Amino acid sequence: MSNGFSKSSVGRKILMALSGFFLLLFLFQHFIINLLSIISADAFNNVSFFMGTNPIVQFAIQPILLFAVVFHLIMGITLELKNKSARPIQYAMNKPSENSSWMSRNMAITGIMVLLFLGLHFYDFWIPEIKTKFIEGNMSGLNEGGEFRFHEELVHKFTDPIRVGLYILAFLFLSLHLMHGFQSAFQSVGFNHRKYTPIIKKLGNLYAIIIPLGFIIIALVHFFNH
Amino acid sequence: MSKLDSKIPEGPLKDKWTNYKDHIDVVNPANKRNIDVIVVGTGLAGGSAAASLAEMGYNVKAFCYQDSPRRAHSIAAQGGINAAKNYQNDGDSVYRLFYDTVKGGDYRAREANVYRLAEVSANIIDQCVAQGVPFARDYGGLLDNRSFGGVLVSRTFYAKGQTGQQLLLGAYSAMNRQIAKGKIAMHNRHEMLDLVIVDGKARGIIARNMITGEIERHSAHAVVIASGGYGNVFYLSTNAMGSNASAAWKIHKKGAYFANACYTQIHPTCIPRSGEHQSKLTLMSESLRNDGRIWVPKKLEDVKAIREKKIKPVQIAEQDRDYYLERRYPAYGNLVPRDVASRAAKERCDAGYGVNATGEAVFLDFATAIERYGKEKAMVSGIENPSKEKITELGEAVIEAKYGNLFQMYEKIVNENPYKTPMMIYPAVHYAMGGIWVDYNLMTTIPGCYAAGEANFSDHGANRLGASALMQGLADGYFVLPYTIGAYLAKEIRTGKIPTNTPEFDAAEKGVREQLEKLINNKGKKSVDYFHKKLGKVMWDNVGMSRNAAGLKKAMDEIAQIREEFWKDVFVPGEMNELNPELEKATRVADFLEFGEFFAVDALHRNESCGGHFREESVEMDGEQEGEAKRDDVNFRYVAAWEYTGNPREAILHKEELTFNDIELKQRSYK
Amino acid sequence: MNLTLKVWRQKNAKAKGALETYKLNDVSEHSSFLEMLDMLNEQLINEGNEPVAFDHDCREGICGMCSLYINGEAHGPDRAVTTCQLHMRMFKDGDTIYIEPWRAKALPVIKDLIVDRSALERIQHAGGYISVNTSGNTQDANAIPIRKSDADKAMDAASCIGCGACVATCKNSSAMLFVAAKVSQFSYLPQGQVERKERVLNMVHQMDKEGFGNCTNTGACEVECPKGISLEFIARMNREYFGASIVAEN
Repeated sequence: MSNGFSKSSVGRKILMALSGFFLLLFLFQHFIINLLSIISADAFNNVSFFMGTNPIVQFAIQPILLFAVVFHLIMGITLELKNKSARPIQYAMNKPSENSSWMSRNMAITGIMVLLFLGLHFYDFWIPEIKTKFIEGNMSGLNEGGEFRFHEELVHKFTDPIRVGLYILAFLFLSLHLMHGFQSAFQSVGFNHRKYTPIIKKLGNLYAIIIPLGFIIIALVHFFNH
Repeated sequence: MSKLDSKIPEGPLKDKWTNYKDHIDVVNPANKRNIDVIVVGTGLAGGSAAASLAEMGYNVKAFCYQDSPRRAHSIAAQGGINAAKNYQNDGDSVYRLFYDTVKGGDYRAREANVYRLAEVSANIIDQCVAQGVPFARDYGGLLDNRSFGGVLVSRTFYAKGQTGQQLLLGAYSAMNRQIAKGKIAMHNRHEMLDLVIVDGKARGIIARNMITGEIERHSAHAVVIASGGYGNVFYLSTNAMGSNASAAWKIHKKGAYFANACYTQIHPTCIPRSGEHQSKLTLMSESLRNDGRIWVPKKLEDVKAIREKKIKPVQIAEQDRDYYLERRYPAYGNLVPRDVASRAAKERCDAGYGVNATGEAVFLDFATAIERYGKEKAMVSGIENPSKEKITELGEAVIEAKYGNLFQMYEKIVNENPYKTPMMIYPAVHYAMGGIWVDYNLMTTIPGCYAAGEANFSDHGANRLGASALMQGLADGYFVLPYTIGAYLAKEIRTGKIPTNTPEFDAAEKGVREQLEKLINNKGKKSVDYFHKKLGKVMWDNVGMSRNAAGLKKAMDEIAQIREEFWKDVFVPGEMNELNPELEKATRVADFLEFGEFFAVDALHRNESCGGHFREESVEMDGEQEGEAKRDDVNFRYVAAWEYTGNPREAILHKEELTFNDIELKQRSYK
Repeated sequence: MNLTLKVWRQKNAKAKGALETYKLNDVSEHSSFLEMLDMLNEQLINEGNEPVAFDHDCREGICGMCSLYINGEAHGPDRAVTTCQLHMRMFKDGDTIYIEPWRAKALPVIKDLIVDRSALERIQHAGGYISVNTSGNTQDANAIPIRKSDADKAMDAASCIGCGACVATCKNSSAMLFVAAKVSQFSYLPQGQVERKERVLNMVHQMDKEGFGNCTNTGACEVECPKGISLEFIARMNREYFGASIVAEN
C-alpha cells in the first residue's frame, strides 16, 4: 500500500466505505438477533449468551467493531471539516436540492444523531454488560433466578415510553444515513456498473427501510407487550 | 519580388518532402537546450508545435489568451479529420487526397505544400491514437471512417461530433507532459501585442499579462504564430468571441506579407441570427445537407405570412415551394459545395424570400427524408400499408439516430422542434483560407518568424474542404514545423540567450504601452462593441458572400471612417494594470479596423471569382454555367501577398505565381 | 422581459466582493444568458461604469471557459448545457437572477465572476497524458484493435470540457469528477496501460494538494455537468487508485 493512501482523499473515502460495510454487516446480524427476541425468548437468550461469552466474538470481533465505529466517526468528522474548509465563501443563492438528495448532503448530521443514540445505547446495554461480565466477573449470563437474563433485560428497557420514542427517532436518522450510505459505500470502493448499480440502489433502499423499521417494530412490540 | 521565394524543393512532387527532410540541417540535442522558441496560440497547430518542439529539446514559451491551452477554438470543430489511410479500401491515396484538396481549393494552393500535407496526414492519425485520442471505432475494434463534403472516398476519422475537441485535448496532453518537465513555459491569459525584430530577425514578443495588466518582454531565437483565423472581422462568425487577428496583423505590420485575405469560407448551415443581441453564430454540421432539402416560398405573400407567424411553413403547398438548389443545380442539388450553397441562400434572401424576422434565413426541411426513411423502415420491418403517422414515427427515429445531437442543439437554441417544422439556416463566416504568407518551411517573410495552422495561407487555396482544417493544423505543428524550423535554428546555435534589455525591445514595448494608454485615456462615448458591430455590418454587406468593385471601394472608405471615429470616440473603462476585458477587445478591434480595410483591398484587386471569393463582375455570361462563378486562370493564377506600408489600403502587392505540374486545371461544375 | 440581477462584483483577488443589484429591461427571450450579460455590460459602459468581467469564449458549449453559478446552480437551471448555451426563455419576466462565480478554495476569484482554474491545469500536468513523442509512426493506428465499447467509454470520459462545474456544484468542492474523467479515458485504452498506475496516484495526489474537498457521492456533479460525465468514472478512479496503491512500492 502506498504511503499516502490513508492520507489521500480517495484512500480515505475507500476506508470510510470499508468501515461502513463492516457496520452494515454488524447492523444486519444485530437486527436478526433482535428479531429473535420477539419470536422466541429462548432463542434470543441462547444467541445472546453465545455472543456475549464467545471469545472470538468478544476479543476479536468486538474490538474490530469498536474500532470501526470510532474510525468511521473520526474519519467522517475529519472529512467533513476538510470539505467545509474547501469552500470558505458560500453561495448567496444555492439550490442543492436540484441535483442531490437531502440524505446524501447531510450524512454528517444523520451520522451525529446516530452517534448520540449510540451513547444512549451503550449506556443502556453495553456498559451494564461490560460491568456485569468483566468488572463483576459474572460470565454466567443468568439472573438471580438462575435463568438467562438477556431477554428480560431487553424487555425491561422498552417499558419506558420516552426511551422508546428516542429509539424510534434514532432509527429514523439511521434510515436516512443508510439510504445514502449503503449505495455510496459501493461507489466508493469502485463498484459502479450499469446493470448492477440500480439493483444495489434498490437493495440499499430496502435495507435502509427494513432494518430500521424492523428495529422500531421490535421496540414497539416489546413496549406494547409489556 | 525577391523576397517571395517559396523555397519549394527540387525534384518530383512525390519525393520533394522526403528528400528535403533527409538533407535538412538539424540541431544537435545539446544545442537545442540553448535555443528558445516562442509559440503564440495553442490550438491544434500551436499546441502540437509547442509539444513537438519541446520534445525535441528546445525551450518553448507558449502563449494563449484563454485560461488554458485546452480552450483554443480548434476545440469547436465537429466533423472530423481527413487522412489518406485507405482503411476502407476505396482507392484512397496520398495523391487522391492531394488532388481533392487542390481541386477543392479551386486551384489556388501551392502544389508542393498540399502534397506534403497529404503525405503526413496518415502519420497524424497514428500519432493521435498513440496519444489516447478516442476516435470512433467499428465493432471489430478498428477505426471507423465517414465520408465528407464532395469527395468520393471515406477518409474522415472522427470522435463523435467532437473531433476537434479530442484532437486538441491530445495536443494539450502532449503539452502537459512537457509543461510538467519544464520544457514548455506556459503563459495562459497572455496576449501577444507585438513582435520584436532584432537585426532583421524575429527575436521575441511583447505580451500583456491579462490578469495583472503587466507588459512583459519575452525573447527567443524564433517565433511561431499559430493564432488562428480572422473571421471575427465580420463581428458575427462561428469563431470564438476572443478569436482575433492581432498577432497576424502585428507581424504583418512588422514585415510579414499577408496573403489572399479575401479567401474566406462562409459556411451555409448555421443557425440564423435571432436579433440585434446576437453575439456569435453556431454552426450545424454540413452533414445535414445529406438529408435536408433547402427551400424558400415561391410567393412573397407566403414569406410575409411566415414572418408574421400567420401561417406555419408546413402549411405551404409543395407547388408553392422553391427548392432553389435543386432547381439551379440538378446534378448536385442540396449537396453543392459550401460556397455555392451559401451564395444561393443569399441570393434568395436578397430577393426578399428570407423566412425569419430578420429576413436572413432559409428552410432546411427533413420532411421528405423522414417520409422516405419511414417507408423504408416500414418495408424492412414488414409493416403492410403503414399509416402516415406510423411512417412519420419510423422516419423520425431514423433521423434521430443520424442527427439527434444536432437536432437537440438546434432546439435548445431556437426553441423549435426540427422534426415537426423545417429548420432555419443561414450562411455564416467560418474559416479563413487566407493568412500570413509562408514559404515551404512555413517561415514568413520575416526571418525566424513562422506561421502555422489557420493563421497561414498555405494549403487550402481559395476554398477549404470539410475535415481538412484539423489535418492542416496538426500537420503543420507535429510534422512540418518541427523539421523545417531546424534549418533556421541550426544557424542560431552560437547566438546565445537573447537579451530583452535592448533598444528594439524598448521600442516595441513603448509602442504597445502608448496604444494601450491611448485607448484607456480616450474616454469617448461609445463602447468597443459598438464599433465592432458597425465594422461587421460593413464587412458583411460589402465584403461578404458576394462582392463587387463599387461595394468594396465603399467598404474601404467606410471602414477607414469607422476607424477614425473609433480612435476619437471609443470608451474603454477600467485601468491598464488590471484584468480588463474591454481593453483586450479594444486592441483586437483596433486591429480588425485596419485589417478589414486591407481585406477589401485584396478582394477588390482579385477580379475573378474563385472558391470563397465571389466577384459579381466575374461570372459566366452564357452557356450551361450562366451566372456561375468564373475563375480567371490567365490573370489571377497567383498568390497575392501584400506588404504593409503604413496604410492598409496602400499595401504593395507581390505575386507568387502558382504552377501546376501534376494537376490539370478544370472548371468546377455542379449543374 | 425585465430582470433584476444580483451580480457578484469583486475588484481583484485581494478585494472583498459583494453582490450588486442591477435592473435590466427589454431582454429578448431568444438571447443567450451571456448575450443578456453583454447587454448589461453595454448598459454599464454607456453609463460610464465598469462592465462585469466574466469568462467566455466559444459560446457554443465546448471550450469550457464560461463558468457562472446562476440562481443556485452551476450553468443555471437548464440541464446538459453550459452557461453560454443557456437561453433566457428559461426565465420569466420580473425574475431576480443571482449570478455568482464558482466558489472553492482551490478556484479563487480573480475578478468579478472570473475564477482562477490553474489548479485544474496542474492536475493535468501531473499525469494527464500518455508519454509518447511525436514521430507519427510509433505504431499504425489500426495495429491494436480496441473494443468498441471501451473506445466509446473512453470517448464519454474524454468529453469533459474542464469547466469546473463539478467543483462548483459539489458541496465539498471536490474535483473528483474532473480527475476521474481523465484517469478513466486513458485506463480504457491500451495506449494508457503502461502509465496507468502512476497516473492515478500522481493525479489524485496533485488534486489533494490543491485543496479540493472529498467526494461524498452526492451525485450533484453528474447532474450539473454540462457534458453528463458519469459517476461511473469516479468509481472507476477509486478502483484504479485502490489497485495502484496496493501494488505501489512506496
